[in-house]
Amino acid sequence: MIAGSNLEKVINSGNFVVTGELGPPKSSDITQLKHHAEEMKDHVDAYNITDNQTAIVRTSSIACGATLVQMGLEPIIQITVRDRNRICIQSDVLGAHALGMKNILCLAGDHQNFGNEGGSKGVYDIDSMQLLKGLKDMRDENRFMGGDELEAPIEYYLGAVENPFADPFEYRVDRLEKKIEAGAKFIQTQCIFDLERFERWMELVRARGLHERAAIMGGVTPIKSLGAAKYMKNFVSGITIPDHLIERIKGAEKKKVEGLNVCVETIQRLQEIEGVAGVHIMAIAWEEVVPEIVERSGLYPRPSL
Amino acid sequence: MIIAERKPLEEIAAMAAPYERICVLGCNTCVGVCMAGGEKEAEETAALLRIHRKKESQGGKVEVFSLERQCEYEFIDEVLEKLKGYDVIISLACGVGVQTMIEHIPSLRVVPGLNTTSMGYPTEQGVWTERCLGCGDCVLHKTMGICPVTRCAKSILNGPCGGSADGKCELGDEIECAWQLIHDRLSSFGRLDDLKEIQPPKDWSSSHHGGPRTTVREDVRIDRGE
Repeated sequence: MIAGSNLEKVINSGNFVVTGELGPPKSSDITQLKHHAEEMKDHVDAYNITDNQTAIVRTSSIACGATLVQMGLEPIIQITVRDRNRICIQSDVLGAHALGMKNILCLAGDHQNFGNEGGSKGVYDIDSMQLLKGLKDMRDENRFMGGDELEAPIEYYLGAVENPFADPFEYRVDRLEKKIEAGAKFIQTQCIFDLERFERWMELVRARGLHERAAIMGGVTPIKSLGAAKYMKNFVSGITIPDHLIERIKGAEKKKVEGLNVCVETIQRLQEIEGVAGVHIMAIAWEEVVPEIVERSGLYPRPSL
Repeated sequence: MIIAERKPLEEIAAMAAPYERICVLGCNTCVGVCMAGGEKEAEETAALLRIHRKKESQGGKVEVFSLERQCEYEFIDEVLEKLKGYDVIISLACGVGVQTMIEHIPSLRVVPGLNTTSMGYPTEQGVWTERCLGCGDCVLHKTMGICPVTRCAKSILNGPCGGSADGKCELGDEIECAWQLIHDRLSSFGRLDDLKEIQPPKDWSSSHHGGPRTTVREDVRIDRGE
């Protein structure tokens, strides 16, 4: 056991792990976020809290994480390298730990040009790989990135993201291995719509034995409407949606129901793929359906460890 | 070379508006080669400015000439007296040229006629592409001659990120993914294993993040003490 988080315990237990996602609001009123957290609390093992996702200003990930801790729930703090340099990131990690947060997900973040502060200066002092390695060394070697010693030890569980749908395809597995070397114990993938490509990627992952070194969690997003599917296909960085899926939603009488069906089918298939350790459900602006998805996927109740 | 592009005429005209004796000053080196601020562009800018001022019923006189380089005192000195005769000089040099002029002759009023964009080269006729950020610690030997600091929108040293698709950057199809290029070039030289090594955080203190930089070469300095 590294940090003793619930996420770590469920992963280590061999149960198929389920995480959800909460997006902080564009205001300081986090009533809705708390409401969604309550809604899915018996259905997920931990909650990702996004860090100004798509480069849009929102309440900070760590502030929302602290609220979850107060509610007795477990956050996974997302940290991007877009907005903070190594001084600020390490300081925030110390703060998050002091406030009881035990899981950190390291990522690069969408470029600032995508968001609502397009004129802002991107930081990118370090990249997501260096962030992982830096935080691993902070924990395991008790030293900051600059070499100074921490005055007291720190413990957290580190994760990373990988996108099997980005290019160059073969290199995505090399990069996954690199992230695992750098310290990632759990991996959440970009939303899976192209299961065929995901399975090819998993074959490469298994061939390297990477699924034994980190918990690979497939990312899923329920499609709420045809417009949402088209938007993701065309405008969200790193997401691919096969045409047959667009056609399926288009042909369905009840788009939302079909969107949920696709999501549940995907999770059921993920459970059958060797080496997939869990699912990460990103029901953006549709959080209330998470309990239904988890139940219909046969993943309820969640283990109590 | 240094790449620049001319500011919109309205912006240049607004900067010149309060003055009577106006000089449009071209610079024939980098910005001349990238067709932004050389002799020809200076003539053109002066002509456009004259027409604009006539339309706006502004008086005064717009003259034009060019220097070989505005970023070296020696070239400025050749036309020093002439420059002092103007109320304002619209410099069509890069930002370095503008600053060299006012540092050398503090009494001059110099305004920028160009926006300096980058260091790069013409990848095709009429297209100039950025290739160097001047980070002060070159990594091109590790990346097969392709600069990730400049050409990756996130300056990632362990790329490519999850936004790379079909060889393009997540910012748009007009930008090539630097890490796809690096990957392909390493692959063609049988050196893909190079990517396995985790590149440590860059020391940005050699870049602008360490403060404005001064390069000193003692071996070529003139000893002013004797």
